[in-house]
Amino acid sequence: MTRKFLSLSILLSAFLLSFSSVSFASGADSEDGGEDPTGFIMHHIKDSHEWHFFNVGHTHVTLSLPVIVYSGDRGLEIFSSKDFQDHETHAFGEEYAHEGYYIDSHDHMGRVDGASFTDLSITKNVVMMFLVIAVVLILSLSAAGHYKKHGAIAPKGAAAIVEPIVIFVRDEIAHKAIGPKYKKFVPYLLTLFFFIWIGNLIGLLPGAANLTGNIAVTATLAVLTFIIVNVNGNKDYWKHVFMTPGVPIPLLLVIVPVEIIGLFTKPFALMVRLFVAITAGHIVILAFIALVFIFESYTIGVVSTLMVTFINMIELLVATIQAYVFTLFTAMYIGSAVAEHAHDEAH
Amino acid sequence: MDLILPSSGLIFWQLFGFLALLFILIKFAWKPMLAAIEERETSINNALKAAETARNEMANLKAENEKLLAEARLERDTILKKAQDASVKMIDDAKAEAVKAGALMIENAKAVIETEKKAALADVKSQVASLSLDITEKLLRANLSDDKSQKDLVEGFIKELKLN
Repeated sequence: MTRKFLSLSILLSAFLLSFSSVSFASGADSEDGGEDPTGFIMHHIKDSHEWHFFNVGHTHVTLSLPVIVYSGDRGLEIFSSKDFQDHETHAFGEEYAHEGYYIDSHDHMGRVDGASFTDLSITKNVVMMFLVIAVVLILSLSAAGHYKKHGAIAPKGAAAIVEPIVIFVRDEIAHKAIGPKYKKFVPYLLTLFFFIWIGNLIGLLPGAANLTGNIAVTATLAVLTFIIVNVNGNKDYWKHVFMTPGVPIPLLLVIVPVEIIGLFTKPFALMVRLFVAITAGHIVILAFIALVFIFESYTIGVVSTLMVTFINMIELLVATIQAYVFTLFTAMYIGSAVAEHAHDEAH
Repeated sequence: MDLILPSSGLIFWQLFGFLALLFILIKFAWKPMLAAIEERETSINNALKAAETARNEMANLKAENEKLLAEARLERDTILKKAQDASVKMIDDAKAEAVKAGALMIENAKAVIETEKKAALADVKSQVASLSLDITEKLLRANLSDDKSQKDLVEGFIKELKLN
């Protein structure tokens, strides 16, 4: 099947290659309308105050989003993103200031008088987050509804999808990584897994926002894990940090700072790993798509499409793996915090 | 918006949204679901254990049944053997009895015959005696004159005797 598909695509490429010089020639004509590929990619990766789907000719199909600003002197104010942009090009800029605020061309909120404020806008990623939350809620609540309605019988429908994952997270992640006290943490791990997984998957859809590849999102999740790990840290855990057993006193001067840094590097690694994995995947896909617009050739178009399909499949895998890894590492950190172990001989 | 600089707004909404999701799911999804799954697992385990016990009991029952059957068979055999022995003995006894009875009857018959014989002999003896007496009487009664007449007379008597 794959081989057939490949040979077909090569044949098609060879055929289309004869037209490529023509395409290149025509490509030069439309140079002025061409986009900066880095900008194109970054535009899709980053958060924005409006949700831009696609253009039909010169019409921008977008969803204007609420801009919410809080400042000490003016209180809470709500505007629409379309107040801050050119109506034709949908471009943001300092020249389109509205009520003392502006959104610059890099999608940064600013205040004309330079005073401090907090931007609490419902951005593209926030809408995306609500979408993800809605999907997770529908999925898990309808699954839970099955048990409420039918009692503890064999799963069906949504429950049949959710239950294997629930059992996997409970047995393979929580129980194995945390140990006997795992039960308390299963709900958090499940929520984490489903949020990241569904977020990763929806993020792969065309036009979707790069939610789980946003550092603010991964940072928030990592901070929650950090709090849960350290709130649940037992005597052994803290003793390990501040009085590492079996280490001579002078060495403690070195070890203790390292251990304290270690407390923070763990969630930091979680944050960076998810952010990088998802963002990188999106960049690769977008780069292949951008190639089509750079070369404006049929050959590149076919090859790029094949590559995008291929990378998309890998991304489906990465979406699941990253959700698994984030959950697993969270469970392991919790496990190290709640584990009861005798240190006497261990070190 | 920057790629690696977290924006305050998104952090706020993410924290709010995720915590809301967490609490709603814990209360309405994960707790009932985990409880149901656990309940089902327990019931499945119990059912499996019950099935195992039932199987063991069945095996025990079967073994017991076989034992009972074997015992019954053994008993039947002994009973049959006893019955056979008894019947053989009964037949033997009956035979012996019959032989004995037969012997007794023969004995009795012999005794009767002996008595009859003796009686017959005695009768013959007395008849012979009376006959002799009769002959003698007739001899004496007829005056025996000559040898010839005597001879004729004897012959006549013998003829008479033969006729008897």
